[in-house]
Amino acid sequence: MSIACVVGTDLGSTTTKSVILDESGEVLGRGITNSRSDYDRAAKVARSEAFITARFNLLKREVEQAAGPEVLQHLLDAFRLEQTLAQLDRLHQLVSGTLAFGVPGELAGPAAEAVDTIIARIRQEELDRFKETNPSKRSDFFRDTVGSAWSTISEEIGDPKGVSFDMLLGLYDKCIIQVENEPLALGFGDHIESALVRIGGSTEVKTGVHHAVEAEFDVREEVGTGYGRQRLPFPKEMIRSEILCHGLGASVMFGGTRTVLDIGGQDTKAIQVDENGIVTSFQMNDRCAAGCGRYLGYIADEMNLGLHELGPLAQKSTRTVKINSTCTVFAGAELRERLSLGEKREDILAGLHRAIMLRAMSLLARSGGVDNEFTFTGGVANNPAAVSALRELVTENYGDKVLNISPDSIYTGALGGAIFAHRSAN
Amino acid sequence: MSDQKTKIQEAHKDESMVIQKEMIAEHYKRLERAPETKEPVVYTFVPGNLTELIRSFGCLPVLPEINALQSGMRGKSRGYIAEAEKRGHSEDVCTYVKCDIGMAMAGNIGPTGTKIPKPDLLLLSYTGCYTFMKWFELLREEYDCPCVFLHVPYQGDGEIEPEHREYMIKQIKDEVIPALEKISGRKYDEDALKERLRLSVKAEDDLVWVLQSAMNKPSPIDAYFGAVYYVGPIFSAFRGTEEGVNYYKALRREVQGRLDAGLGPVAPKGPMAEEKYRLVVEGPPNWTHFREFWQMFADENAVVVASTYSKVGGTYDFGFRHNPDDPLGTMGDYCAGCYTNHNLPGRIDMLCQYLQDYEADGFLINSVKSCNSFSAGQLMILREVEKRTGLPGGFIESDLVDPRYFSAANIKNRLESYLQMVEARRVGASQKGMSA
Repeated sequence: MSIACVVGTDLGSTTTKSVILDESGEVLGRGITNSRSDYDRAAKVARSEAFITARFNLLKREVEQAAGPEVLQHLLDAFRLEQTLAQLDRLHQLVSGTLAFGVPGELAGPAAEAVDTIIARIRQEELDRFKETNPSKRSDFFRDTVGSAWSTISEEIGDPKGVSFDMLLGLYDKCIIQVENEPLALGFGDHIESALVRIGGSTEVKTGVHHAVEAEFDVREEVGTGYGRQRLPFPKEMIRSEILCHGLGASVMFGGTRTVLDIGGQDTKAIQVDENGIVTSFQMNDRCAAGCGRYLGYIADEMNLGLHELGPLAQKSTRTVKINSTCTVFAGAELRERLSLGEKREDILAGLHRAIMLRAMSLLARSGGVDNEFTFTGGVANNPAAVSALRELVTENYGDKVLNISPDSIYTGALGGAIFAHRSAN
Repeated sequence: MSDQKTKIQEAHKDESMVIQKEMIAEHYKRLERAPETKEPVVYTFVPGNLTELIRSFGCLPVLPEINALQSGMRGKSRGYIAEAEKRGHSEDVCTYVKCDIGMAMAGNIGPTGTKIPKPDLLLLSYTGCYTFMKWFELLREEYDCPCVFLHVPYQGDGEIEPEHREYMIKQIKDEVIPALEKISGRKYDEDALKERLRLSVKAEDDLVWVLQSAMNKPSPIDAYFGAVYYVGPIFSAFRGTEEGVNYYKALRREVQGRLDAGLGPVAPKGPMAEEKYRLVVEGPPNWTHFREFWQMFADENAVVVASTYSKVGGTYDFGFRHNPDDPLGTMGDYCAGCYTNHNLPGRIDMLCQYLQDYEADGFLINSVKSCNSFSAGQLMILREVEKRTGLPGGFIESDLVDPRYFSAANIKNRLESYLQMVEARRVGASQKGMSA
């Protein structure tokens, strides 16, 4: 079976996303990875991840009715577990190989033991998580999940006089980049069989999996967009500005869209579109990435929190602290100053979220204001505190507007790219 | 990236560019010899410069902002700015000023490597830039030399009133001429001045012809990146000189040749094969990455057909010519007519006019961090011009000579997005036309 499709890839500064559309223009697959300062690799991984979800979608179309959605979700979880374990094995290998020259000779033995302990514990945590019915939300990226566990366990078992926390963390830092950048076999065909064995799927599911593995994709057209788009091996006419892609993507997600705000890793864009999704005006931040996604990442690091924890904590605020700077560097200083003055973390965070949105409001005003309907896209749209600060400011300045946010908003640029590809192919 | 850089460095040079380079080099050499030849040196600024008058006294003009931009183009501004900042000039101060001050601190070696002499006079013609005043205050302190101030009234109502004119003539008579007489030891010679103004008109006619050649399709010139070279001699030391007249004759010949052959402009990497976008640009260019910036346009086949920056030293294309029969009055008219002395409605009218006359697809604003005289009000200009013409406007941010404020990726992103937007709107409009 050969399936005609098109691909849009959005190489962002922080994450890289791919979206696959089938012949009818329906979304067949989505893939995301961290951009890891290697755009070529990131584009390959995001694309390959999108094809994994595309194959899962084919499987879903074929067997969901017979097998039930829970079984397919379970299979997907098992597949993700297999991917994680494969990467964990590779990380183990690399760290063990580094020990010879990465730590003083007398500590090589104890360090190897500590590493084995860490890996074994992470492996067990992953297996336990797989058994949980409703595991807590966490990052999609191996670097983040394993990195966080590695750090916690190292802190616990690290010995300041022997194999220290810093030493263990250093080993991880040295090797994780290689794990991310190697072409590891993490595709659908590589792990679906073992995932199937793990859940013990029915005959229908097995047949469906077989079909999904065998499916061939005929990619008719590809469009690249995003900050690193020049790195994509496409002809010039197949490379589109992310501003056009975000405008079009948002307008396809929500047909009534006239104004789009996209806050990504290091860009904030305010875009006005017409009824066909064609951009009529836009403004974006200058070279300084103040108030963008990175700012939140930095604040999360400063507060020793996960990025996804910031919004919910800020929402607990009862009194928003006024924050002056959206400069990533100054914000750290201002944050510490506020903490030293005894302000509550949640109140400071609420202030930080408002500061980001004030900056976005200025770009929106420059681009021509906020028109109905207003669609908010990019990674920051997943942050509930950012959304409520935005909603408040839009109402204050422009009155009641419909505010659209899709759970898949991070894929907006890639979707726009895929639609351009689809139009070009047809 | 390094490949691109190499290619840009192996740049094509037009004949006129070669002539201009020699003229500039010769002028700097003459300046270096000035302490021996006893030719008095007058520092003055581009907008509202009184070159004919200065030259009629046998004095040599030095234009500090030209030195700064030349230093920027030659990769020297970063060091000069650092030098000025070390001495307490804040990061927020105009980078032309810091570049010039830094150059003076570092021995006053000009962009071509020759020593720039100290000024015998600072002639400040005030045409809308407050920073110029502060700049010369600093230089006056540094060099302990006389400073004469010609106050040019701002065109707040968009007109040069008769009393404004009288006010300027009086200042030229009572302040500027006596100061020049004093440093040169010569009496004011009105015939010599008239002769120089006659030469100015010749060069001005040819320059306007060259700039307006961009009304052709394809345009044989780039009226922003190319035009900053074209306006170089007339805005600086060479208005009212034979060299200036000859340069513009040669330039006109060269452009006529390209026009006859149906050729487009010559960009840093070579002649442009296609004219896909015709743009109008407002605001000064970035000098530290000038060729890279230009090439970004050329790579997209975007040609600038008119720009306001090429009018900072005179808006000749709206009809002004120096009038040799009214030498002092014409100098007043010239000063008041410089682009920086226009009010915001005047600037908006000018952009709208260009968009219409040059049949442009849209306009771009390059907003520079350093220059409030230019940048203040640009977003308002953007919205208003869009509203009046229905044509799309784009907004880019950089700086004059501080390389720290040039982000190639950000600018390229905005430029490409803007041009793709123009293209998408063009396609959208033609589809609408077809369905109607």
